[in-house]
Amino acid sequence: MRMTKTGARVPVTRTETLPIRSGDDVVRIRQAVRTRAIEAGLGLVDQTKIVTAASELARNALDYGGGGEVRVDVLQEGMRKGVRLSFSDQGPGIPDIQKALTDHYTTGGGLGLGLGGAKRLSNEFHIESAVGVGTRVTIARWK
Amino acid sequence: MANEGTGALVRVVSEEEGTILTEWLGLLKSGGALQTGRIREAELQTQAKTVLGQLRDALASGGSNADLEAYATLRDTLGEISRSRAIQGFTPTDTANFVLSLKEPIFSSLSRSHANDAKTLAAAILSTSHLLDQLSLHTMEVFLQSREDVIGRQGQEIAELSTPVVRLWDGILALPLIGTLDSARTGVVMENLLQAIVDEEAEIAIIDITGVPTVDTLVAQHLLKAIAAARLMGADCIISGIRPQIAQTMVHLGVELNVVSKATLADAFALALRRTGRTVVRKQPVSPSAS
Ligand SMILES: Nc1ncnc2c1ncn2[C@@H]1O[C@H](COP(=O)(O)OP(=O)(O)O)[C@@H](O)[C@H]1O
Ligand SMILES: [Mg+2]
Repeated sequence: MRMTKTGARVPVTRTETLPIRSGDDVVRIRQAVRTRAIEAGLGLVDQTKIVTAASELARNALDYGGGGEVRVDVLQEGMRKGVRLSFSDQGPGIPDIQKALTDHYTTGGGLGLGLGGAKRLSNEFHIESAVGVGTRVTIARWK
Repeated sequence: MANEGTGALVRVVSEEEGTILTEWLGLLKSGGALQTGRIREAELQTQAKTVLGQLRDALASGGSNADLEAYATLRDTLGEISRSRAIQGFTPTDTANFVLSLKEPIFSSLSRSHANDAKTLAAAILSTSHLLDQLSLHTMEVFLQSREDVIGRQGQEIAELSTPVVRLWDGILALPLIGTLDSARTGVVMENLLQAIVDEEAEIAIIDITGVPTVDTLVAQHLLKAIAAARLMGADCIISGIRPQIAQTMVHLGVELNVVSKATLADAFALALRRTGRTVVRKQPVSPSAS
């Protein structure tokens, strides 16, 4: 079993894994995350936040990681419900994570706001990356 | 053995063409080929007759492998039929059955003519089956390809349809964006917008994003590019329809569009009128009772 620091011990009421291979997959991921966020009872603002963060991270996995997958978990801890997303790719990895998180830093001609933006849009954010091995970004948003 | 079988097949199809055609059409009809009303009896008859005739000619060349050059005409005809069926909305089953239902009539003709030669009969049935399977797969490939073409074309049409540039007033344009702004569509959107700015000599372009479900940094970048390009063409942009939850998300992302934004398209239009030196006034005072 793979463990992540983000909500590691929280019971998962539902889980699914979606591929990230094309721009269409990114659209599908946004839709799936929206559905799960509604299921977890997230309000409109929180839904929009996690869907937007998902869009950023899925796009990064596609554009920089050469594609990968996302695991979507609906969490429940007592009365607290939430959604956790774990994006992983086997791409080149990120040599300097601090730099990548810096606003406006981009190696791909983007706005350089995706990674930092996803962090600000989430309640929990965890990133691990190894050069030549790949990248995993896990975020969670609670109701 | 294969040759023996092919020989028998060649003979049966040329000698009993009429019987086979009649039986084949009977099967097609009882199988419901005409029921959906997508094709008329006369058309089905012509198709069956043409296909059988071309099969006979191809067989006469001596082989029963659909990849042979002799089968090129037949493959083309079947491709044409498949294409038209894909467009007419036939199911894949209907399309595959057209060729596959030719097996039975040929098998019965073979059985009649080779009743006392089990070995040749078996070989002939094997060649027939193999050949018709090949041809049926070919029709399916063309059918699926045609369906994909249709879907691809519809996608393109939707991309263009859903990005109209609307002229609201002299020099004032609106671009109501609806749906996902993927890269392919964004290209069309930008092109349409810039062309319209030139054509209308527009001063103000209102980009309305009420219908855009998610504004992430990629969408924001597309918007920034459109705004910059419009500016180069001499038009100022106003963004309208940024819903509260989208506005909040954009702040967290750190995205700044650096243009005037208005809650609704109506507000943006009113501002555009003011900026171009126009005012909207009510012609007569409204009496309290009339509302
Ligand atoms: N999954 C990933 N694999 C490798 N590099 C990545 C990945 N995600 C982000 N990066 C790096 O971090 C940089 C910043 O990412 P981001 O903040 O999303 O901005 P942008 O996508 O606009 O470049 C990227 O330009 C890229 O160099
Ligand atoms: Mg990015």
